[in-house]
Amino acid sequence: MKKKGAKPDINKVRREKKVREKPPKASLKSKAFPIACIGPSFIGVMIFFIVPFMVIFYYSVVDNPINKDFVFLDNYISLLKNSAFKKAALNTLKFSLTSVPLAVVLGLALAMLLDAKIPFVSQFRASFLCPMMVPVASVVLIWQVIFHYNGTLNEILSKFGIDKIDWLKSDKAMIVVTVLFLWKNLGYNMILFLSALGGISKDQLEVATLEGAGAWYKFFHIKLRHLSPTILFVAILSLINSFKVFREVYLLTGDYPYDSIYMLQHFMNNTFRSLDYQKLSAAAIIMSIVIIVILALLFAAENKFGEDSE
Amino acid sequence: MTAENTVKKPLRRKKFNRRQNRIGLAVMTIFAAAAALIFLMPTVLTIANSFMSSSEISANYGSVFSTTESGGKTFISEKVNLKFIPDMVSFSQYFTVLFKSPDYLLKFWNSVILVVPIVIFQLAVAAFASYGFARLKGRLKEILFFVYVIVMMMPYQVTLVPNYLVADKLGILNTRWAIILPAVFTPYSVFLLTKVMKRIPESLIEAAKLDGAGEMQIFRYIALPLCKSVIFSVIILVFIDYWNMVEQPLILLSDESLYPLSVFLSRINSGEIGLAFAVATIYMIPTLLMFLYGEDYLVEGIAYSGGIKG
Repeated sequence: MKKKGAKPDINKVRREKKVREKPPKASLKSKAFPIACIGPSFIGVMIFFIVPFMVIFYYSVVDNPINKDFVFLDNYISLLKNSAFKKAALNTLKFSLTSVPLAVVLGLALAMLLDAKIPFVSQFRASFLCPMMVPVASVVLIWQVIFHYNGTLNEILSKFGIDKIDWLKSDKAMIVVTVLFLWKNLGYNMILFLSALGGISKDQLEVATLEGAGAWYKFFHIKLRHLSPTILFVAILSLINSFKVFREVYLLTGDYPYDSIYMLQHFMNNTFRSLDYQKLSAAAIIMSIVIIVILALLFAAENKFGEDSE
Repeated sequence: MTAENTVKKPLRRKKFNRRQNRIGLAVMTIFAAAAALIFLMPTVLTIANSFMSSSEISANYGSVFSTTESGGKTFISEKVNLKFIPDMVSFSQYFTVLFKSPDYLLKFWNSVILVVPIVIFQLAVAAFASYGFARLKGRLKEILFFVYVIVMMMPYQVTLVPNYLVADKLGILNTRWAIILPAVFTPYSVFLLTKVMKRIPESLIEAAKLDGAGEMQIFRYIALPLCKSVIFSVIILVFIDYWNMVEQPLILLSDESLYPLSVFLSRINSGEIGLAFAVATIYMIPTLLMFLYGEDYLVEGIAYSGGIKG
């Protein structure tokens, strides 16, 4: 405690930087409380996530939990050849590739809308955020009424002479899921963009205005440049959220959705039912590798762009 | 409130510009209003429909829900009639839900008994852990924090496999603990709280130490009060997430009587569709109340989540 006095000791800081892994004994005492604070959480994360994850990795390279013969990549290869997994992965990928750009662009559009000087800003903000707060299970009935074969949307379309479309039981189901995803997630993205827009220096915009810059110029040359770290962050967050869209799909269509919206979580549910640990483990490891790669990209990008994304 | 803060007064020099601006503003307001209508519609419709009598519901939506289980399209004649205003406001659905069919209330209680402990204990564990993370420095801590971020970002497809494994080993599969325990240690709130704990100036803590405050006192009387508003926002965010849960019960619970309402709502059979709207509305109430009273906290919490670096 004494050593961490009010004056920052530059030499000490330097020394600590050099031997980060082994801090001097004196500071260990002052670190005791923070370390104890992390303790419970650390133990929990270890027990419920990290250790079982290692076990899963082990399961993914042996033939079965009883025999425990090392088979290296066999489980992975058979998983990648599994048609259900391929379908689920492809559908999830397709969904992500369409919904993520939309989630970013529309989220930014909503934020720009609220950032302009329109009236009723706080009311609009509340309405865009509302879907986030409503349990999907609660509104799913209305979505079913709208998108059913005999539903409201087809009624409206038929007035324009468009044939009925079986929204939930055809390739169009992906559209419905995308709409539901956007409806749910745009508010969150909008807030992230709004807070980033709030961080842009007013002076710079003012100067640009005085120099006769138009709205478009200001948008492309000032705002977008400042927003680029946020855009990246929102894109990756949306990507990760898009892996979670199963929830909506399940509530909308139950255990057996139309082929085009058969997602990775459906595959996992079915594999859980047969308790095929090898398949489950291999799938979990593959997916976690994908997520880690995405996160590593995000980290690298954040380091490059600096810290203004907060 | 970021949106309002950014409202500024650029100097417009040309009258023409001003008029053009006003038209643009009107167009944007109309856009925003239309978007707001779409965002609010499903929620409003659900609430409106909960006040219809069951005969009105089946007259309106009979064609949609009568065949959902069989999946066939045997109906031809009926049209759907999505309505905002009931012919006659009736509380009969609520009456049935509250006094005649205890099943729904039981499921509601299932949700409460899962979510409330998760929120309380996750926050308790995270408050300490985030304080620890904020106070410690060094490579080891950074690596551990990165591990937390990775665990946080993993979708359920991945984390449910370790969770299942541990629950199986601990013998808590098919009990509420299988859901509660991993959720308590989910690093999400650690991540958010660490960001705000880091902003507590070191000098403040040092000053308290010099005044003779113990570590626990510093945590309790300095760190916690300073983070109060973010703690509220984390409570809201964690609550909605688990109030919405679907994946965990499907895999970790085989006894459907333990299912929370979020899963059960999608399984209501067609005969009780009128009730479903009332149940759905009741299920929204906790989150909607949180939204009404805590919208600003929610916005602040989301803004905090921007950027993944601690």
